[in-house]
Amino acid sequence: MPVNPKLPNSIDETLGVLAQGEYVAERSLATAIFLALRMQRPLFLEGEAGVGKTEIAKVLAGALGRRLIRLQCYEGLDIASAVYEWNYPRQMIEIRLTEAGGAASRDKLEKDIFSERFLIRRPLLQALEGPQGSPPVLLIDELDRTDEPFEAYLLEVLSDFQVTIPEIGTIKAAEPPIVVITSNRTREIHDAIKRRCLYHWVDYPSAERELEIVRRKVPGVSAQLSREVVAFVQQLRGVDLFKLPGVAETIDWSRALSALDRVALEPQAINDTLGVLLKYEDDISRVRGAPVADLLEKARLVLPTA
Amino acid sequence: MTQVSTEGKLSQNVMHFARALRQAGIAVGPDRVVDSLRALQVTGVTRRGDFYWTLASVFLTRRDQFELFDQAFRLFWSNQLLPDSAAAGLPLAGSPSDRDVPPARLADALGLTRKARFELESPQSADQPDSATGASQVEALRHRDFETMTAGELVQAKKLIAGLRLPIADIATRRLQPDSRGRLVDLRGTLRASLRGSADVIPLRRRWHQHRHPPLVILCDISGSMSRYSRMFLHFMHAITNDRDRVHTFVFGTRLTNITRHLRRRDVDRALGAVSQAVADWSGGTRIGATLREFNLRWSRRVLGQNAEVLLISDGLDRDAGVDLPQAMERLHKSCRKLIWLNPLLRFDGFEPKAAGVRLMLPHVDAFVPAHNVESLADLARILGPSHHNEGRHGTWK
Repeated sequence: MPVNPKLPNSIDETLGVLAQGEYVAERSLATAIFLALRMQRPLFLEGEAGVGKTEIAKVLAGALGRRLIRLQCYEGLDIASAVYEWNYPRQMIEIRLTEAGGAASRDKLEKDIFSERFLIRRPLLQALEGPQGSPPVLLIDELDRTDEPFEAYLLEVLSDFQVTIPEIGTIKAAEPPIVVITSNRTREIHDAIKRRCLYHWVDYPSAERELEIVRRKVPGVSAQLSREVVAFVQQLRGVDLFKLPGVAETIDWSRALSALDRVALEPQAINDTLGVLLKYEDDISRVRGAPVADLLEKARLVLPTA
Repeated sequence: MTQVSTEGKLSQNVMHFARALRQAGIAVGPDRVVDSLRALQVTGVTRRGDFYWTLASVFLTRRDQFELFDQAFRLFWSNQLLPDSAAAGLPLAGSPSDRDVPPARLADALGLTRKARFELESPQSADQPDSATGASQVEALRHRDFETMTAGELVQAKKLIAGLRLPIADIATRRLQPDSRGRLVDLRGTLRASLRGSADVIPLRRRWHQHRHPPLVILCDISGSMSRYSRMFLHFMHAITNDRDRVHTFVFGTRLTNITRHLRRRDVDRALGAVSQAVADWSGGTRIGATLREFNLRWSRRVLGQNAEVLLISDGLDRDAGVDLPQAMERLHKSCRKLIWLNPLLRFDGFEPKAAGVRLMLPHVDAFVPAHNVESLADLARILGPSHHNEGRHGTWK
């Protein structure tokens, strides 16, 4: 197995690499990432929105000094926007010019206009043509948003790290890119894709870890406030809500409270800023008022320590 | 890195473990076993936690497999050769504790004897009553035996289902396909064609949106008042599930059960047998509000993506007298493309919604299909036929 000197050599080193990028990861996640890097397998991350799935790819790219290529998925994503496209206007002009310039044979013309000169490279193709020795990080974001035909195509790309362009031939990656696939699980991704990947469910972090995340991401916030914020959010995740707040919301909320010059949590301030944490009216009205005071009281009993 | 030979006891044990997982219902193929051994060579097996997560990342493909894996791991590797120590301990805040009883199939797969299994049981986990709001509700927990279908019935059912047309129109997807009457120009096709023909005129190739049926989610009431229809609707759901892709099926009475996986079995009798095992609240009361709320919280985001339509089969008779019902219906209605309510108790013409549940639910449905006296698939096929239901026209591009 070819070992890139820059890649981490153990799970502990992987944790170190992530910490460099200000990413506080559970050891389980570091294990999956380490395996993905060493076994050159795509990493499949599933989890609720706002738990930091996309961030992992960005941090990996930054810490390993790789280029990040992002493919945002959506319904109807096709080859023309995911893999490659021909530059039609230029091809048209080329045809006219050739015809104006005299009789060129049709075969030659066809060969000319379907050459690499006229090829527009989209993310998947770019990812396969990375520089030798330092292949890019390919982030396939929110795969659940696209449809089965694209999944099937992706399967082909991920198993051999090559794509076939009928007019040119097969393009194969010299070295497979580091692939990170994320899904919010709005539908089940086919098992065939998952089988080719290393799977990891990214869960909400524990209180201690979340506190660490808030401290790193929002350095300005007071120690007391950050502890209370984390404890409160952890309590809130125990409530039957339509959409639980993720880590992204915790960070946003800390920033919001800090911008409002709060140094400690109080029910009034929470009620006023609930919209930062909860994004559904049903959820907000369920929690606003008395439940907030209740949760805060409970949260104060279990403040996390650094 | 610790030197781990891929031969030897460890690899054998991993193989046995994989086999146990397979028997317990987690699909772990031989390729994954090979992968896991490679992965273990990479991570080393010095820490129990790392060993655990290495196997998890290779063997698992879904979150819901996790619990089974966790229990299997604890049972299988508890007294194996691993360098176990409390310090390296297993991760998982909030994971099921050791006291939990392993599911019977897991115990079977691991070859636990009846006695061993008995010892694992703790008194508190013997039964887990739903401690939610329904304190006064007595749940009728019973399993149900369906008569098996005769060959003749089966043939007839197949024929009926083949002719069945759901009140659900295909919708345009964002994926394009060549279409001579399409409104978008297919530049690639055009250019290729231009090279083949004579040069002066370039005929435009066109393309347009592909049409496809939307994902379908069926929520079927199996409470006491619906019991005479249950068998028929289950056959109906089984047929639909096996007829098209992207169908999810749930049944509810006092609790919600996802039966999609069971209904994917080809054989109708075996599928229904599995369902009757899985469902605990046959012919009991109904808590429509509570179960719909549970659906909204736990499932809606996972199965209602991509413009799914919901077929709700219920008589609207709610034991909870509409607690939570309007909110749950509204949320459901807003989360799906179209909500169709099939009600077997109401007549076609001039019905009066008397039951509170019905009145509360009606404002939130897009189409309403009264299906009075439906007792067979034939009736259902007739009801769902093109002319009988009152629905608005489908927009093609919502």
